[in-house]
Amino acid sequence: MTAAPEAGFADPVHDAQRCFRAILDAMSRPGRIARISGVTSPAPLGVAAGAALLTLLDHETPVWLDPDVWAARGWVAFHCGAAVVADPAACAFAVAMSLPDLTLFAEGTHEEPERSATVICQVDSFSKGQTFRLSGPGLREEEELSVQGLPRDFASIWERNHALFPRGIDLILCAGDQLTALPRTVSIQEV
Amino acid sequence: MKGYNFAYLDEQTKRMIRRALLKAVAIPGHQVPFGSREMPLPYGWGTGGIQVTASILGQNDTLKVIDQGADDTTNAVSIRHFFARTAGVATTTSTAKATVIQTRHRIPEETLRSDQIIVYQVPQPEPLSRLEPSRVETKRMHALADYGLMHVKLYEDVARLGQISISYDYPVLVNHRYLTSPSPIPAFDNPKMDRMPALQLFGAGREKRIYAIPPWTDVRSLDFDDHPFRPINAPQACGLCGAADSYKDEVVTDDRGGRMFVCSDTDHCERRRNDAA
Repeated sequence: MTAAPEAGFADPVHDAQRCFRAILDAMSRPGRIARISGVTSPAPLGVAAGAALLTLLDHETPVWLDPDVWAARGWVAFHCGAAVVADPAACAFAVAMSLPDLTLFAEGTHEEPERSATVICQVDSFSKGQTFRLSGPGLREEEELSVQGLPRDFASIWERNHALFPRGIDLILCAGDQLTALPRTVSIQEV
Repeated sequence: MKGYNFAYLDEQTKRMIRRALLKAVAIPGHQVPFGSREMPLPYGWGTGGIQVTASILGQNDTLKVIDQGADDTTNAVSIRHFFARTAGVATTTSTAKATVIQTRHRIPEETLRSDQIIVYQVPQPEPLSRLEPSRVETKRMHALADYGLMHVKLYEDVARLGQISISYDYPVLVNHRYLTSPSPIPAFDNPKMDRMPALQLFGAGREKRIYAIPPWTDVRSLDFDDHPFRPINAPQACGLCGAADSYKDEVVTDDRGGRMFVCSDTDHCERRRNDAA
């Protein structure tokens, strides 16, 4: 007998709405950081990553979990009802504790670029680490984003993804109770 | 309202629409299919816009709804009332006070801010639909960014009429990539879409498509170097507030040929008259 999974949102309707607006805001203004509350996420997921899963996943979205996230498998299955798939190319969402190989996931097609995976990746912090310069739709002028916990060569990894446009992966980065997003349209330079 | 979920839609439908919205924002101007639901009003009355609004709306939002610029026409009044009842949100007619603005066929005259979201009701999301009826074909044309057909249509207008003859739903190119319908707003409003500080979301209920334009995104109205895009507006000043630079409606005032031109944006007109008084 395993212990009961941690609770989901305290207020499912309004917590999900608040979390969605934060993600929408981050996706439409890449690099903008939002603070999320209202959920006790199971280890190893942080508050923001857990809330993003509760907000976006359900039985219609196959999810791929990196082995480091498997501890939270029961929680994801219980609260989201999403099928956990072993094949990364078959998932709508991927959840990882460190940036997975983005080429493993569905990139969408030229006719249906929306059929690409969204990767929810946990990082250490947005207040220190590497600094990136972001530009693209959603940004009035270049903005800077600091992230600790991405690979050293992230800028070149992203360049490959960005060049696929209109296809490509969209990334939601989570650190503790904070999250931000990098849609495929954003162009990233290392500072 | 008892017996209904917050903002009418069930949570699973909201999640599905929210996922479509995120992909739409990530691919500016691209139409994302979604499972449009039956709503308690017929297709053509803004069901796409309502479903988008219902999926983004929160308790602390203040909602404004306009129909052809007016806050007091049937469609605007009933949709505003719908959300006041099903979500209990605050509503307003003031553009400045709103956090979410749902619109049918106009963009407010007042410049929108970055903390606002504008939701357009869209009857026909496919800008190529009148030139190519097949969805299979238009999808391929979007995939290849093959918009020659639209340029030919504009060229034929110039050749036959001496000018581009589209006065509303004037096609735009979003982020230098996707040909997109701005919804049937007057061409006069097109320049407001370019690098707008607010997020723009589009919902087409009957056609089951959602698309979006992130803030500060380039939106260009199609034209030719020697026939540049020219927004059209009545030359008269507003008969009520005297504004020369706002978009005007022609209103018939009696049965003896009397007519006047008034601002289509009622909030804008009212504010100008209050400021003058």
